[in-house]
Amino acid sequence: MRLKAFCLLAAVSILAACSSTPDTAGGAAGGATAESGIRAGSQQDLVAQAGDRVFFAYDHSDITPEGRATLEKQAAWMKKNASVTVTVEGHCDERGTREYNLALGERRANAVKNVLVALGIPAQRVSTISYGKERPAVVGSTEAAWAQNRRGVTVVN
Amino acid sequence: MRKNLRPGSFRTFAIVAAVALAMLASGSAHAELHLDITSGKMEPLPIAVPDFAGGAPNEVQLGHDMAQVVAADLERSGLFQPLDQRAFIEKITTAQTQPRFGDWRIINAQALVTGLATMQPDGTAKIDFRLWDVLAQQQLVGFSYKTTPQNWRRISHIIADAIYKRLTGEEGYFDTRIVYISETGPADRRVKRLAIMDQDGANHRFLTDGRSLVLTPRFSPNPGAQEITYLSYIRGTPRVFLFNIDTGQQEVLGDFPGMTFAPRFSPDGNKVIMSLATGGHTDIWTMDLRTRQAVRITNSPAIDTSPSYSPDGKQVVFNSDRGGTQQLYMMNADGGEIHRISFGNGRYGTPVWSPRGDLIAFTKIEGGQFFIGVMSPDGSHERLLTQAFLVEAPTWAPNGRVLMYFKQTPSDARGRGGTTRLYSIDLTGRNEREVITPQDASDPAWSPLIP
Repeated sequence: MRLKAFCLLAAVSILAACSSTPDTAGGAAGGATAESGIRAGSQQDLVAQAGDRVFFAYDHSDITPEGRATLEKQAAWMKKNASVTVTVEGHCDERGTREYNLALGERRANAVKNVLVALGIPAQRVSTISYGKERPAVVGSTEAAWAQNRRGVTVVN
Repeated sequence: MRKNLRPGSFRTFAIVAAVALAMLASGSAHAELHLDITSGKMEPLPIAVPDFAGGAPNEVQLGHDMAQVVAADLERSGLFQPLDQRAFIEKITTAQTQPRFGDWRIINAQALVTGLATMQPDGTAKIDFRLWDVLAQQQLVGFSYKTTPQNWRRISHIIADAIYKRLTGEEGYFDTRIVYISETGPADRRVKRLAIMDQDGANHRFLTDGRSLVLTPRFSPNPGAQEITYLSYIRGTPRVFLFNIDTGQQEVLGDFPGMTFAPRFSPDGNKVIMSLATGGHTDIWTMDLRTRQAVRITNSPAIDTSPSYSPDGKQVVFNSDRGGTQQLYMMNADGGEIHRISFGNGRYGTPVWSPRGDLIAFTKIEGGQFFIGVMSPDGSHERLLTQAFLVEAPTWAPNGRVLMYFKQTPSDARGRGGTTRLYSIDLTGRNEREVITPQDASDPAWSPLIP
């Protein structure tokens, strides 16, 4: 758990660094350049090559066209890194009841998994977990924050 | 521990006198003191709670502390207005004799509580208590308790319950506990711990250390069973656990092929009903705690969760999105005759059957706001009690007259705000009060009356 959180945090900082100041991305990855410093098959690699997350509409679990494109890249990346297994985390925004959101998060995680499996990834390489509304990616009670929190995140085990 | 006052020579006199006075009073058509708690329009009853009398300093201290707890219980209910002790004229020095009713009438007390704390040679404390109707000049109830002095808070709550019951005709709820989730830290790294406290916030303690995420604790209805069922992420996968409050022992419930969550005990305490999510489907299951047999109750591609038994165990109310959005449904305990009961605008969740069986409390989401409401088990007579940015997870006091829930405030992008606190409210929609906890708090569950 804690390790995953660290990985996510690292991934987010890289993303943030990439979008604003690409030259310093290597610094965030621990002193190496963005190209050479990222270990193949790592979470950072997944984020850089495919993107680790897809987003959902309120109280929905269907994969959007943008999400589908991300998952196609994730599937291609998983085929390239054939030893990697992942856990898909399903998350919700704070605008639902806790128990319903646990179920909705599980449904979202499975929606992601089903696409990956349909794209040729063996089901046993993809496990799922729901966090409901317990682990928002972005703090704040705004529509923009909620949109980023309704997500499925693929995490390298 | 608790016995009705037996007529001793002196007591007999007092009681006989009280009865005689009561008979005189009834002749003058004075209505017996009674609080109607159903209307929601009543004024709190002025009640005098002087310190319980005592001789030795430790008795005086005990008598003072107990009167404080009794008065605080009564005040928080919103039904009573404990009068300022500084206005009292008569100093109560015993619980045995009649008070000077005129002294209490003149300060507008309608009810008077007297008590006496006496330390016994064997180290126990004897607590005498009486409730008086000041206008009718009669004793309404009187008890004597012998207990260990450490037990004084419980005895105070039991006395407050006796007062509540005598004056409202309903069972009290003060001798109860609350289990809930204590929260600290920023929203994206929230630390959650199981915590338990008396209904008035005293005797607070943490049951888990916060290393794993825990949610939605619920008490076993078994008297003295001291068991909680809840959700823990302790081994990665979220699963329903049992927790023994006395031993601290935790036990995963069953070996299910997926996430189990939303647990509640059956009214007889022999089963846990919960949800199992696999492959994007969430169904309702039960597990018999004696045989460990798991039984599937619903079977649909929808989300079926938050199940709650009727007090007779024959029906289950739950929420499902099988009709499109999250709504309340009723079924027989075996899963038969599923039918929708919520038809208002918006989404409905977390249904909880009242211990009296007459109402179902729920969370409602409509127009960007959350509500706590109640409805009849057939879905009629919906009534919303409170509304906020986020209110959720009602739990019933054992007498079915008071609800507790949590309220979360919105937060900004820096994480300011977003506080989460417990509140209680009367079934009438009046007397909304914060329940004070050491840290942020959510997912409250009210215990049955402690046996």
